[in-house]
Amino acid sequence: MNDLTLITSNVWRKPLRTILLILSIAVAFLLFFALNGFLDSFERASKANGADQRLAVSNKINFTQPLPISYVDRVKALEGVADVTHYAWFGGFYREQRNQVFTFGIEPESYLRIYGKDVVLPPEQAQAFIADRSGALIGGDFADLLIEEGVATSREDLLGKQFPLNSNIFTNATSGQKTWILNVRGIFEPGSAGGPSQAAFLHWEYFDETKTFSRDTTGTMTVVPADPAQMDSLADAIDETFANSRAETDAQPEDAFSRSFLQQAGDIGFIIRTVTLAAFFAILMIVATTLILAIRERTREIGVLKTLGFSSHRVLIMVLAEALFIAALGAGLGYGLTQGMFTLAANAGGPFPAPSLSTNITLLGVGMAAALGLVTGAIPALNALNLRIVEALGRK
Amino acid sequence: MLKILRQCASVTWLNITSIPQRLWMSLGTIMAVAVAVGVALGFQALSAGFRATLEGSGSAEVALVLRGGSQSELNSVMTQSDAALLEAAPGVALDPQGRPLVSTESYVIIDGVRRSTQSKSNIPLRGMEEAGLALRSRAQIVEGRMFAPGAAELVVGRGLVREFEGFELGSVIRRGGAAWTVVGVFEAPGTVFEGEIWADNTAVQSLFNRGNSFQVARIGLVAPAEASLAALNAYIEAEERLAVEVETEKAYYQGQSEGTAQLVRFIGVPLGIIMAIGALAGALNTMFASVSNRAAEISTLRIIGFSGFAAFVGTLAESLALSLIGAVLGIIVVYFAFNGLTASTLGGGFTQVVFQLKVTPEVVTGGIITALVIGVVGGFFPGIRAATMKPLLGVNS
Repeated sequence: MNDLTLITSNVWRKPLRTILLILSIAVAFLLFFALNGFLDSFERASKANGADQRLAVSNKINFTQPLPISYVDRVKALEGVADVTHYAWFGGFYREQRNQVFTFGIEPESYLRIYGKDVVLPPEQAQAFIADRSGALIGGDFADLLIEEGVATSREDLLGKQFPLNSNIFTNATSGQKTWILNVRGIFEPGSAGGPSQAAFLHWEYFDETKTFSRDTTGTMTVVPADPAQMDSLADAIDETFANSRAETDAQPEDAFSRSFLQQAGDIGFIIRTVTLAAFFAILMIVATTLILAIRERTREIGVLKTLGFSSHRVLIMVLAEALFIAALGAGLGYGLTQGMFTLAANAGGPFPAPSLSTNITLLGVGMAAALGLVTGAIPALNALNLRIVEALGRK
Repeated sequence: MLKILRQCASVTWLNITSIPQRLWMSLGTIMAVAVAVGVALGFQALSAGFRATLEGSGSAEVALVLRGGSQSELNSVMTQSDAALLEAAPGVALDPQGRPLVSTESYVIIDGVRRSTQSKSNIPLRGMEEAGLALRSRAQIVEGRMFAPGAAELVVGRGLVREFEGFELGSVIRRGGAAWTVVGVFEAPGTVFEGEIWADNTAVQSLFNRGNSFQVARIGLVAPAEASLAALNAYIEAEERLAVEVETEKAYYQGQSEGTAQLVRFIGVPLGIIMAIGALAGALNTMFASVSNRAAEISTLRIIGFSGFAAFVGTLAESLALSLIGAVLGIIVVYFAFNGLTASTLGGGFTQVVFQLKVTPEVVTGGIITALVIGVVGGFFPGIRAATMKPLLGVNS
């Protein structure tokens, strides 16, 4: 029988209590990993594929206000601009409002050139889309929806098929209806940064010519600076160009632009974060109290161990190891549960990037678990260390 | 029968008065339950406050007309010819001067900087006609004055001023190539309007490049409102030039509360369940510890003739007492920290909705039920252990 056997049998002497403790710790770490993992994933996604080295230029009043299309050429002409594209919100849905389709009118060539890593599809499909004015690129989830609705039998079969796309904002001048008939020219998947896959792109030009109002406008421009180090001064130059005009601009790094969407959740986001962190620490405090008392209960036994010749040092290590072991099991379980939840979330899709746990967050969690084990173990362990055998044996 | 009751009562008394002997464990349980109840309550207060604001915003006597299929004011676009047709419709109330009580309104999203986080958020700027104020019976200018027709002047909601920077009375705001002056502050308690900025619609149309288009028409209905709405609806259906939809303002805002309320539920409910599991684990631990602590005592009671059932009831009662104390603690903290707290979040119109958190009686009842469940389950299994303990083995320990 070595120390390890002793530690293990101590851990499991009251299996139910240990299981309940582990469960509580798992709950706390599930909260910790899920919250931080989600926020961190969003942060990483907003910077992914060079987004932190591009500028998003929108109307200064608000990004929902349009920009005159003439701005695109004026920005192209500015010094230090390597590439420009633009996109406009379409407000798309398929047949029923609940089938929302994230749809943008885009300038096809430049958009696919700049966002090639976020819109992943075979090059020949991209070419087919560029060549067809009333063509569309659709996301994988939307393709599946169309197949489910009987538009085609498979993804291959879907290529070249026509489908109606409704807008909840615009009216099609050619038909007087709020519907555009488009041809599927390609099926894409969002890249590593995630993003909605119930989505579609159509030609901005076709969209702009056929809508009944707000003609000759676009939504947001993306500007790639020739030198990423000059991004800030380029942003200022763009805003200065359009200062005091009817449509002033606000140029900002694209990652900041995406983050501002999350910040719109405002106080709800703040409350969720505060409450979750408070809950995490409250559970840890409770667990720590229970663990400390559980070990205190055994003071007499520790006295016996010492009588048998176990050194104080050895007893200290054993008690610490027990607390660390329970903390590790709990945190590990919490980690596993979070991973399971994230896998489910990733499969469910939706507009948010698929959440995942980065090394940083994992290490932070490991640190938290170690701190929990050490602190909760240290108090009774130090007690045990300084314990006089006579006293210990007398205590009940 | 009476004997069993007496036994139960005295064991319960014994258990509860001896709680201080197990002070730390018991405090742990109370804390765990308080946190679980607090978290669940906090989210419910959030969702109750948000819903109350949206549902309290609309009037059943006002019809809201949007372009067909647009679902929210933001997406809708209508023109002056629509307005003329609507003013001629049946069921439309008249103002004291005999003009139709119709306000055509523009809905523009502008950026505002949130005081708490300094981050930019979407806030609604509404262009409205004179009738607009009359159509919102609960809104009232409390400082300064109403905007003058055609002028670049703003009146702002009290809630908005509280949550966002730079909209105080007298401030000048540059938006859409013009300088707008804040000339008044209005209150509209318990409605979304408190989080809005209002201006004259003509000024908004010209300074935000809207031509003569607008987003929404609000129409005062002749009493009885239901019949007028039906008449208006029939008129719209029959009039081919009108591609619009009508519903009461009340119904519109009720529909708008769905999405965000769902989001809060989507996050709050699982979080509440997770927390309840954590608290339950804590409660079970404490009660098992309590039973094993009192093993000698329980055994003694059994030997002198107390029934196992009394031991069970005593344990259950202790557990319930601890969770109820926890629940009360959680409720008190949430009430003082959250009730009436102003918050804002993104609502159905893609803009910030300013609302107040509400700890309602239903919310409190929910918290107490959660605590009772934790208390019963947390006391049940340890209670069974106490009841089935072998008396002679227990005396020894």
